Amino acid sequence: MTPKRKIRLVTAALILTGGTIAAALILTAFEKNLMYFYSPSDVIAGEAPTGRKFRVGGLVVNGSVKRIPRSLTVEFTLSDTVHEVTVEYEGILPDLFREGQGIVAHGKSRPDGTFEASEVLAKHDENYMPPEVASALAAAKSNTPRESAK
Amino acid sequence: MNFNWLHRYASPMNFYSWSLVATRWLGTVSAILFAVGLTGGLVYAPPDYQQGESFRIIYVHVPSAWMSLFIYMVMVSAGTLGLVWHVKLGDMIARASAPLGAWFTFLALATGSLWGKPMWGTYWVWDARLTSELILLFLYLGYIALQGAIEDRRIAARAGAILALVGTVNIPIIHYSVEWWNTLHQGPTITKFDSPSIDTSMLIPLLLMGLAYIFYFCTIVLIRTRCEILEFERNKTWVKQRALEMESV
Repeated sequence: MTPKRKIRLVTAALILTGGTIAAALILTAFEKNLMYFYSPSDVIAGEAPTGRKFRVGGLVVNGSVKRIPRSLTVEFTLSDTVHEVTVEYEGILPDLFREGQGIVAHGKSRPDGTFEASEVLAKHDENYMPPEVASALAAAKSNTPRESAK
Repeated sequence: MNFNWLHRYASPMNFYSWSLVATRWLGTVSAILFAVGLTGGLVYAPPDYQQGESFRIIYVHVPSAWMSLFIYMVMVSAGTLGLVWHVKLGDMIARASAPLGAWFTFLALATGSLWGKPMWGTYWVWDARLTSELILLFLYLGYIALQGAIEDRRIAARAGAILALVGTVNIPIIHYSVEWWNTLHQGPTITKFDSPSIDTSMLIPLLLMGLAYIFYFCTIVLIRTRCEILEFERNKTWVKQRALEMESV
């Protein structure tokens, strides 16, 4: 390699490492702020902001969804399998909202610990499969004989 | 190591001739892959257990997102070839790739947004994955603007290559954003060390679409690079000769 080329190659490598170090420093400095949502454990440990809106994400606990009759109000419990937070929401839920589903709620913590959501978003997982496979998996999990899918 | 063969193929004049043949083949393969991949994805793949038929947008969204990252890496590598080794063809490929990359990024963002509304319940959220992909679009647009603002092609190529190099750090950030931070966007389905968490009947059309996109990109980038060559080398005798040949046909 000619010396001139070597200098240019080193310059290119320096630009690349410089960019990486700068980005790494910025991202570590902002770390917590880049989290899109807090987990119920964060909320209970008092790490979530008080007095302003934030997001809490987790799985909807099976059997916890309660609809208040004659209104759009829903109450459910969010869990990260360690801690739980009760969420109250008035509005239309996304199609993917169901028990066991991961969701992200945006709103405020009330003094009594319940979370008053003004927006509920569904998070979907990275698994894609045909309905037959899903029901077969569910059947195998609960150890019941396999039912044919609709 | 001997790179003579590379220099021979990478000389703009030779590149012009062999790429004429290459585009024809690449274009045909791309068209076939698109036809097979789209029918596979839209007709033969089963609906998803949770998302039903609407998951089929995956066949446009995911390959676009792959391409947005892939083209950036092509642009950086070609630009670096031009910057360090002064390979003129590298500069031209980098310049020809940028608008394609920008469009694929836009397509990934737009289809993702259309997918987000019915599934997540929102068109847009400022989570790490979506934001870093938006930054990628701005990087492409910045690169294009920079190239357009500098009249001297060689200086423009050098400035562009440096900008592209600085932006490279965003590529791993986009890829790992869903693992490093809590995001609304789900984690990787295919590009992980584990086996893909997608059913084979759905995966095959997706991979075919990915290939179709790559072949499409190669076809278009070769055509665009030829335009760059003609513009850059317009005063060279071989270009004039070719123009005369075309006129006499």
